[in-house]
Amino acid sequence: MSGFFKSSIGRKVAMALSAFFLMIFLLQHFAINLLSVFSGDLFNEVSHFMGTNWLIQFVMQPVLIFGVVFHFIMGFVLEIKNKNARGVAYAKNNGAANSSWVSRNMIWSGLVILAFIILHFIDFWFPEINTKYIQGDMSGLHEGIEGYRYFHELQEKFVNPARVAAYAVAFVFLAMHLLHGFTSAFQSMGATAGRKETLQNIGKAYAIIIPAGFIVIALYHHFNHIH
Amino acid sequence: MNLTLKIWRQKDSNAKGQMVDYKVTDISEHMSFLEMMDVLNEQLVNSGEEPVAFDHDCREGICGMCSMYINGEAHGPDRGVTTCQLHMRMFKDGDTITIEPFRAAAFPVIKDLVVDRTAFDRIQHAGGYISVNTSGNTQDANAIPISKHAADEAMDAATCIGCGACVATCKNSSAMLFVGAKVSQYALLPQGQVEAADRVRNMVAQMDLEGFGNCTNTGACEIECPKGISLENIARMNRELMKAQF
Repeated sequence: MSGFFKSSIGRKVAMALSAFFLMIFLLQHFAINLLSVFSGDLFNEVSHFMGTNWLIQFVMQPVLIFGVVFHFIMGFVLEIKNKNARGVAYAKNNGAANSSWVSRNMIWSGLVILAFIILHFIDFWFPEINTKYIQGDMSGLHEGIEGYRYFHELQEKFVNPARVAAYAVAFVFLAMHLLHGFTSAFQSMGATAGRKETLQNIGKAYAIIIPAGFIVIALYHHFNHIH
Repeated sequence: MNLTLKIWRQKDSNAKGQMVDYKVTDISEHMSFLEMMDVLNEQLVNSGEEPVAFDHDCREGICGMCSMYINGEAHGPDRGVTTCQLHMRMFKDGDTITIEPFRAAAFPVIKDLVVDRTAFDRIQHAGGYISVNTSGNTQDANAIPISKHAADEAMDAATCIGCGACVATCKNSSAMLFVGAKVSQYALLPQGQVEAADRVRNMVAQMDLEGFGNCTNTGACEIECPKGISLENIARMNRELMKAQF
């Protein structure tokens, strides 16, 4: 089996498996963010649970970080290997004649997503880790805020229009990445037989609805909070 | 029609190549692309220059010999054809046409537009066959019932002529459409299923050894394939390799 993951197809399968995991995570993240539009209290409750549950914090979170890092490193490794497989570049190459821009530029959309994840870590993850595990405050409370602090922090983050704009741009690139990535992951797993069109349609819906939803949530908090 | 051709010239596999401009005049739109190349070569020979080396054989679109990356596409801008079936009516008078060899580290240039595609032969040798004991009591292949669907799919996969357009077109120079077709044509039939696991393992290992890139499912190979080999064959190869692990 170790030989399998060293083969070109094994590496594709590994990319697809990490992609499935990340796509499921994204769906869960979206569901929780969506709660913030309907009920700040509910968002607070779920955030506190996610932030203090040991299974999520010490099992799922490391697995997620491994999944993200693996997907990125493997993506870079494959990109370099694939560039080397060409040798001499074409003087004239009409890539648009036979494939979509998004499918040919996964590395670039991936790099924008990576930049966003770094920003996201600085914005949310590092302060959380600092509060909970360095300062040791697992209460989820903050002076001057009624109830848990998470909803208040979320609103504060989306006041700055530059952050909202960066957020929106990153999610447009995520949509592009998913427009190819969703169906591609199924194709890599060999699971497209007889249902390719259905998968392509589900992929399109997923790639547009989820990132657009994230943008709408950010805009909602931005405009709701400044008025 | 009168055309300007920008052609990759390379003396031999060790030489450094370059694009060279040529003019051809009075080209009929009914000519095939290779006939247009013949006109150019006649012109070059008559003026004492070295003719452009390019691969060709049957000129009927079935042998897979003719290659060429024409105006940024394998076998040129037409669909479902090899270069010998590409007609000059696809171009306009006054056009500049860029002609390059198929590019891949695994397909080194031998001379001008001729590339070494023996990597495909070595992949075939690694498992693209069935072992049949011909001692005299071999079962008649026609006596083995095969469903129409499987027979059709196997036949579709078997139409691959091994031209290498998939590799030339793929942004990663991946050979997975070719190998996928060869694996599929046997995997779909009972005669091929006996050695299915070893076949896919050995053929994929040889493909990786040759230095082809990794497929990223852009689908470009399927579009440019002169025989319309489906991407589904790659998915089947992936399944076959996963199955072969157990």
